[in-house]
Amino acid sequence: MFPSPLSKLWRFRELLYMITWRDIRIRYKQSAMGFLWAILMPSLIVGAGVLVRLGAAKYTGAALSVDDIASVIVRAVAWSFFIASIRFGTHSLIGNSSLVTKIAFPKEVFPIAATLSSLFDFAIASIAVLLVLVCIGWTPTFAALWAVPLILMLVMFTAGLALLLSAANLFFRDVKYIVEILLTYAIFFTPVLYDAAMLGKWRPLIMLNPVAPILEGLADSLVHGRTPDLQWTAYSFGMSGAALSVGYWLFKQLEPKFAESI
Amino acid sequence: MTDVALRMDRVFKKFTKGERHDSLRDLIPALAKHVLRRVARPAELKKEEFWALQDISFEIKKGEAVGIIGHNGAGKSTMLKHLCGIMRPTSGTIAVSGRLSALIEVGAGFHQDLTGRENIALNGVILGMTRAEIARKFDEIVEFSGLAEFIDTPVKRYSSGMYARLGFSVAAHLEPDILVIDEVLSVGDFVFQAKGVQKMRQIAASGATVIFISHNLRAMADLCNRALLLRKGQLIEDGPTSHVIHTYMEQIKSKRIHDEDKKVVIDSVWVGDANGPRVDFTSGDKARVIIKLQALKRVEKVACVLYVLDDKYYEVFNTATERLGEPALTLESGESYTYEFELDLHLAAGSFHLCAMLFRYDISEQYDAIQPAVTLLVSSPTDVRGAVNLYPRVRHTGA
Repeated sequence: MFPSPLSKLWRFRELLYMITWRDIRIRYKQSAMGFLWAILMPSLIVGAGVLVRLGAAKYTGAALSVDDIASVIVRAVAWSFFIASIRFGTHSLIGNSSLVTKIAFPKEVFPIAATLSSLFDFAIASIAVLLVLVCIGWTPTFAALWAVPLILMLVMFTAGLALLLSAANLFFRDVKYIVEILLTYAIFFTPVLYDAAMLGKWRPLIMLNPVAPILEGLADSLVHGRTPDLQWTAYSFGMSGAALSVGYWLFKQLEPKFAESI
Repeated sequence: MTDVALRMDRVFKKFTKGERHDSLRDLIPALAKHVLRRVARPAELKKEEFWALQDISFEIKKGEAVGIIGHNGAGKSTMLKHLCGIMRPTSGTIAVSGRLSALIEVGAGFHQDLTGRENIALNGVILGMTRAEIARKFDEIVEFSGLAEFIDTPVKRYSSGMYARLGFSVAAHLEPDILVIDEVLSVGDFVFQAKGVQKMRQIAASGATVIFISHNLRAMADLCNRALLLRKGQLIEDGPTSHVIHTYMEQIKSKRIHDEDKKVVIDSVWVGDANGPRVDFTSGDKARVIIKLQALKRVEKVACVLYVLDDKYYEVFNTATERLGEPALTLESGESYTYEFELDLHLAAGSFHLCAMLFRYDISEQYDAIQPAVTLLVSSPTDVRGAVNLYPRVRHTGA
C-alpha cells in the first residue's frame, strides 16, 4: 500500500546526494575563489588563534611551540565547519521555500545536506591542514585515529542543531539573527583560540559546551598524539546523540506544518 | 481495495486567516498582550478560521484520469497538496497506493545558476526519479523539451517559455503510478502546450492514474472522463467531465449580477443541436443557440449580439440580429422574446466562449451581457490549431 521503508530510504539517499551536490556546486560556481573559499575562513581563525597564543606566550614567558600552532589550526578548521553548517543549515528551509511548499519529500534533506556540503569544505580544508602539518614535521600516531569518531560526533551534533534551527527559523524569521550573534560570540566559549587547560580550574565549565571536548580531543589526538579525555568525550558523544535525536524528532513533529507556515 | 489508487475520506482542513506572528520579536509582545488582554477583551482574540477543505470524500481507481475544476480559491491546490502529502488534513484520512508524483509548479526546484543539464538531474531526483533513471531518460527529456542547444546554459538565461518547457519535460518522463498535475499546461507556447496534452494523454493511456487541474477545460474534457467540482472547499459534483463542466459553466453564469436598473435582460442562453443541449462539438457541426430576453421596462430598437471568444478571450466571431436583417424589436415591460441562431461551427479544436449582449443599436446603449454564456468544446478529426478550421488537405506534387 505505502512505499516500503527501504525504498523510502533509497529515495532519501538519492535526494540527499542531489541536494548536497547542488549546494556544493552552487557555492563553488558563485565564488571566483573556488576551493580557496574553503580555506579562507579557517585561515582567518588560525590568524586570530596565533595572535592569542603569542599574547599568552608573552604573558607566561614560555616560547610559542609548533604544537601550539598546529593545535590552533586543527581546532580552527573543525570550528569553521561547525559555524558554516549552522549558518547555512538555519537558512536551509527558508532558502528552499518553493520546494518546501510545492513538492512532497522528506524536508530534513535540507539541513542535513547543508551540514554535508559544509563537510565537503571541511574535507578540502583538512587536506590543506594535513599538508601544513606534514610540512611542520608532523608524524601521525595511532591516537590520530580518534579523529574519526570525534569528527563523526561533531557532524551528529551539528546536524541535530541544524535540524532544530532550520525549523525554528521557518516559524520565526528572526532566529537567523539570533544565531548569527550567538555564532559570533560562541568562539569565546569554545576552546578554539586557546586550550581548555589554559583556564585552569574553570576548565570543566568550558567543557560543558559539547563542542569543546571534541575540539580538545582533536587537538590531543592529532597534534599531541595522546588519547582524548575519555570522560568528556563520552559526555560529548551523549550530547551529540541527544542533539541529533531531539533535533530529528522535533523536526518531524513540525514538518507537516511547514508548507502552510512558510 | 487493490484497484483503488487514491482515496480521501471525510477530509477537513482548517486555515487561519489574518496576521501570523512569524518572528520572535512579534511573538513575545503578542504573547504578553495576549496574557494581559485575556481578561479584558476576549472577543478580539478570536482568530478567523475557515475551512479550506470541508468534508471531502472520493475514491479514484487505478488508471482513471480525473480532472479537478473550480474557481480560484475553491481549494484545488490545497487538495492537491494534501494528495501528495505536502499538507496534512485537520481531520480525515488520505490513502495513496503506488508511486505518486506531483507537478504543482513547473520548474519548482530549478536553480538559476545551474545549467539545463544539471537541473534535469536535480529536478528529476526531487520529483522522485532515481539518478539511474534520469541518466537513462536524459536524451529523451532533452529531445522532448527541444532545448538541446541550450542544455549547457544556466537556466537563468532561459526565457520563461524555455524554463517551463524544460520543467514539463522532466515531469513528463516520471512514469509514476499516479501523476498529479496542477495548471502546468498554461505555460509555453501553443505548439508546446499541444505537445504537453499529447504527452499526458499518452501517460494516461499507459495505465497511470492522472489527476489534472487546469483552467483549460478543453484539455480537461479531452483527457479526463471524470471530474470533481470544488467550490469554497466543498466537493459540489463528482461525475462525467462534460456534466461537471456544464455545472461549472452554470455557476459562472449565476455569478452574473442582476442589476435592478436594467431595462432588458438575457434570461437564458441555450446551446445544442436537433437532438438537445450539448456543448461538445466536432469542427463543422451545426449548432443552435437560443437566447431568451426578458424586458423589465419598455425598450425600443433592441438588438442581440452573439459573439465568440477563444480561450485567451480574443474575439473570433461577432454577429447581431439587426445586422442579420431582423426588424427592430420593441418590448413592453414584462414581455419576453426569443431569438434562435443557427451556426456552422467551422472552428479549430479548442474551447470557445459563446457570449451574448443586448443593446439599443441606434444609440449604442448596452442593456445586458453574459460573457461567457456557454463554453463550447470543439474537437477536430485533423490536427488543426488556431481559431478557425479551413479543412486543410495536402498531397505531393513531385520534386
